Amino acid sequence: MKPPVDTVARLEGVTHRYREIAALDGVSLAIPAGRMVGLIGPDGVGKSTLLGLVAGVRRLQTGAVETLGGSMGDRRHRDAVCARIAYMPQGLGRNLYPTLSVFENIDFFGRLYRQSANERAARIADLLESTGLDPFSDRPAGKLSGGMKQKLSLCCALIHDPELLVLDEPTTGVDPLSRRQFWELIDRIRARRPGMSVLTATAYMSEAERFEHLIAMNEGRILAVGTPAALKSQAGTADLETAFIALLPEEDRQGHQTLELPSRTSREGSFAIEAEGLTMRFGDFTAVDHVSFRIEPGEIFGFLGSNGCGKTTTMKMLTGLLTASEGKARLFGKPIGTDGMETRRRVGYMSQSFSLYSELSVRQNLVLHADLFHLPGSRRAARVDELLERFDLSDVAAATPASLPLGVRQRLQLAVAVLHEPEMLILDEPTSGVDPIARDAFWALLIELSRKDGVTIFISTHFMNEAERCDRVSLMHAGKVLAQGRPEALRRQRDAASLEDAFIAYLEEAGVEDDNKEGVPDLPTTSSAPDIGSGWISPFRVWAFARRESMEILRDPIRLAFALLGPVVLMLAMGYGITFDVENLSYAVLDQDQSRESRMFLDAMSSSRYFEEQPPITDLTELDHRMNTGEISLAIVIPPEYGRDLLAGRTPQIGAWFDGSNSTRAETGRGYVQGVLYAHLGDLSMRETGETPGYYPVTVVPRFRYNQAFRSQYAIPPGVLMMLLIMIPAMLTALGVVREKEMGSILNLYAAPVRRFEFLLGKQLPYIGVAMASFASLVVLMLTVFGIGLPGSFAALLLGALFFTTAATAFGLVVSTFVRSQIAAIFATAIIIMVPTVNFSGMMYPVSTLEGGAALIGQAFPALYFQQISAGVFNKGLDFDVLYPNHLVLAAFFVLFWLTATLLLRKQEA
Amino acid sequence: MLGIVNVYKLGVKEIYSLLRDPVLMGLIIYTFTVAIYTVANGVQTELNNASIAIVDEDRSALSAQLVSAFLPPYFKTPEVIELRDVDPGMDTGRYTFVLDVPPGFEADVLAGRGAEIQLNVDATAMTIAGNGASYVSSIINAEVLKFVTRSSGAVALPVDLRVRAKYNPNLDSSWFLAVMQIINNLTILAIILAGAAVIREREHGTLEHLLVMPVTSSEIMLAKIWANGLVIVLAAVLSLQAIVNQLLGIPIAGSIALFAFGSAVYLFSITAMGIALSTFATTMPQFGLLSIPVFVVMNLLSGGVTPLESMPSALQSAVQVLPSTHFIKFAQAVLYRGAGIGIVWPQLAITVVIGTVFFAVALLRFRATLAAVK
Repeated sequence: MKPPVDTVARLEGVTHRYREIAALDGVSLAIPAGRMVGLIGPDGVGKSTLLGLVAGVRRLQTGAVETLGGSMGDRRHRDAVCARIAYMPQGLGRNLYPTLSVFENIDFFGRLYRQSANERAARIADLLESTGLDPFSDRPAGKLSGGMKQKLSLCCALIHDPELLVLDEPTTGVDPLSRRQFWELIDRIRARRPGMSVLTATAYMSEAERFEHLIAMNEGRILAVGTPAALKSQAGTADLETAFIALLPEEDRQGHQTLELPSRTSREGSFAIEAEGLTMRFGDFTAVDHVSFRIEPGEIFGFLGSNGCGKTTTMKMLTGLLTASEGKARLFGKPIGTDGMETRRRVGYMSQSFSLYSELSVRQNLVLHADLFHLPGSRRAARVDELLERFDLSDVAAATPASLPLGVRQRLQLAVAVLHEPEMLILDEPTSGVDPIARDAFWALLIELSRKDGVTIFISTHFMNEAERCDRVSLMHAGKVLAQGRPEALRRQRDAASLEDAFIAYLEEAGVEDDNKEGVPDLPTTSSAPDIGSGWISPFRVWAFARRESMEILRDPIRLAFALLGPVVLMLAMGYGITFDVENLSYAVLDQDQSRESRMFLDAMSSSRYFEEQPPITDLTELDHRMNTGEISLAIVIPPEYGRDLLAGRTPQIGAWFDGSNSTRAETGRGYVQGVLYAHLGDLSMRETGETPGYYPVTVVPRFRYNQAFRSQYAIPPGVLMMLLIMIPAMLTALGVVREKEMGSILNLYAAPVRRFEFLLGKQLPYIGVAMASFASLVVLMLTVFGIGLPGSFAALLLGALFFTTAATAFGLVVSTFVRSQIAAIFATAIIIMVPTVNFSGMMYPVSTLEGGAALIGQAFPALYFQQISAGVFNKGLDFDVLYPNHLVLAAFFVLFWLTATLLLRKQEA
Repeated sequence: MLGIVNVYKLGVKEIYSLLRDPVLMGLIIYTFTVAIYTVANGVQTELNNASIAIVDEDRSALSAQLVSAFLPPYFKTPEVIELRDVDPGMDTGRYTFVLDVPPGFEADVLAGRGAEIQLNVDATAMTIAGNGASYVSSIINAEVLKFVTRSSGAVALPVDLRVRAKYNPNLDSSWFLAVMQIINNLTILAIILAGAAVIREREHGTLEHLLVMPVTSSEIMLAKIWANGLVIVLAAVLSLQAIVNQLLGIPIAGSIALFAFGSAVYLFSITAMGIALSTFATTMPQFGLLSIPVFVVMNLLSGGVTPLESMPSALQSAVQVLPSTHFIKFAQAVLYRGAGIGIVWPQLAITVVIGTVFFAVALLRFRATLAAVK
């Protein structure tokens, strides 16, 4: 054992850049162990980057980071300590799996840390009880309120008894009651485990008061370090919020002043927004229950309430995004929905989650909205510049929102919402995650809009100091309005010291309890799985991923149905539809002879099943025209004097004109015309001379092997089987990794003691299962509906299918780790697989005839090898002794794909 | 018209989004270059480069002459093998044809005893088995006639059948395949780009944001249609000129401008179809799976790969609802047969009608699906 360290983490000259922007600029810092350490500062000053580096989920660029006594730049150390660190990323429930239940989410994390079933059960029960989540253990994480999501996230983080708990703005976007409960929970856990260090970032200065040690940051540098009291005395202020502002450099402080809300003269009788008994039901769940309110023009109306209480749903009904199940709402005196366009032009809306284009730059987003609101061309550029300036976005005008911190993105959304100078603003938690200074600036703007321009503002918020600035507020809980009135009046009614206390009093009165139990998780303190472990892979962790992925598949029955029924439908369509049997070739005749002999030949043509006669042709121009329109694919031209020349042995000519645009059809048709002609000549000779003519000295007896009837219906389905077993399974996994990247749950891979290959294999296994189920259904279909026999070795087919689907799903993972977007993943899978599978695998065209690049690409892709197995077993009756090389190649393919995907998968963020 | 401005501006945004995804751009370029070239250049449906082996049980002068009669480009140089090698060779797909010259073959021919010769054909090679067998038969007979009569080997039939292929005199399949491959790739790309673009906007909440602004659902959809359509039409026409015409040297009979116009009409139809599909899937993984059957059927059963008239009649009627069936007719008429607008307008009209139906379906479901997501 090393001697106990007094710092849990140490940074030395750490600089971190995202392209040109430095998020951290030469930061050196020691973070004390066993303390509650808080990072405070405006948005985009590098708080998240610092936390990510300390937790080891971000790649170190320059400088040194030491966490728990070792360098985080060293992979072995990272692997060794990551099980002793817990990391909770920014954003509500971002690392949770929305379709999994509360219990299943925690259970999954427990499994990642290789805890035994008993240990998991005990820990989960304790965590659920102490966080008050136990009544909801079966509820899917996606359906929890924000506060509950954060508690669940915390449970997931605490399941393995970390020594260092890293929380990135855990209470941003959470209502005051849940926020209070969250910190009480942390305090109690720390009381149980005094050795645990907690490192957290927060945007709420009131929360920072309770931390033992604060690190104030600005623009990638450390402003001040110390206890809250020390910071306050350093700045000479009474509260932390003003202390922080005082600590800022002079130029950042400029323009900041305390906000005053000028009084407003009420305009009785007219209302900008009226809601009467507004109700919204989703199935049997009532999200909004008979909510009524009236908002006067120019009023600032605040909406307060816990997450999931119906605020967002109410706002969506007002914007017309949702249609109310019951009740009425009027905007500017008109019922919603009657005059959509006009109303929309007068309203600005900002949704809770970021809903601008992350692929466009900040400026492009503003310009696009200016265009869509049809700002006059002369004002457009000026207005965009004005907003960039006003919302302090000029520095990042060229950056894409994806690269910006939450708070800056919110500022952009606000700028967009006010861009067209609307008469009414509907703002859904606009300041969530925005730092105090920017929030004050924003409120200054709101007040100006309300008081000077008479803009009506309907806003929801979690910040009590913001609620105090509203003309009136409405307290909501569980879809109902608890109280409504001026903030000061509400506080007095409950005789509370602050609006926050009044709010909590109202909630408690409504029967909401502090759901934190006094009990504290009594966790076994022995760390059961301290590091990533030795050995190659851990079946336990692979199983954890596989189990979770399987549950997610089962929770999405539509996807499962597409995956299983799609192939069956396709097999039927393709098996019958792809055919090289040329039949019913439409043809027409230009008979310039009209003799007995010519008619005999033409009769022979029309009685053949290969041809279908169309009305005769009268001249050569018509022939050209009818072939040109595609009406006929073959024209037979019989010259004048044909019959006489034939009988006189003068070898007359018959012209057969094919439409050469489809060369296969023309080639095959040529053979059929020849066949009809020879048969006809034979008949003619029999009739005239009584003997079969010996035009040919040798009879070539073709023996059509493997498919005696020589019908596409037998030869094509084995190829279709091959095609379906690569396309669908690859598509199933192709979105796996890139989707987790887009949704955020990939962070669990970064933070947990997991090998990349374990993650990939765990994601792959369930889909191999789905693919094999599909294989079974397709084989049954081939044997029954298509009546294809199975003369070869079923075992060879089965093993081939297993290897092939493994290769296909592994290929999907390669695509998924490589591409940046889900669209690219779908397209890449479709196009990369489709071309060699259809063209170069032997499914349609024999491999032995392929040339050049086509032959090479064919051999470099697994499709060809399973085609050999499939056709070998179904058509040729072969066994392992002939087919085994194909199995070996397929195995080599999946190993290669595994290696590639593992190498392409990053285990840290940039 | 303010609506047109919205459609234009949103479309420009769409093109920006495309340009910001280099992997996607790379894939589009690959789709219209390498993927076209290798298929057109490597695959041949006419008899070409076919592999043949000969079991020579006769070991006569005639049988030796037969071995040397199979020549490129139709056949690869024949391999002379033993009888026991026939099955393994055919089982592994090494040989598509195996000719078995029986003992006493030459003697039978010289004696005029009506000699027979057996040809093993791998009948799973549907595209060449039938044609190949008739080629082999005529080559053998020509050689035998040469051997017996010391003549040129021409079979003297009482009728001279003159077969000519219009539009493609040498029945070169790369002409057909190259253009069909462009259409196939265009179909895949259009359906996925348009459909996935809608799903992405829905998943990221940007669609919801647009719908509270003075923008209508049809403007949003039209913007996606023109922007994605424009990129794809440009790529397809460039590919037709640069890859098919220049690099592969395939003559293009008809008007490229007419083809481009038709492609634009077709793209309206299939991007509308892609958007309609996207309203039936709530997430990207669902959309990925839903799109596969659609584009596979459109690629393989629209007359581009196998002729329509050979398909079961129920299936023939069913594929009439696919815009690709009509577009392929159009493309074949214009590009191979040099048909003008006077001939192909019905196909274009049907394509527009189908596209309009898909557009209407998409419009009806557009807002409804948005509410269902939440």
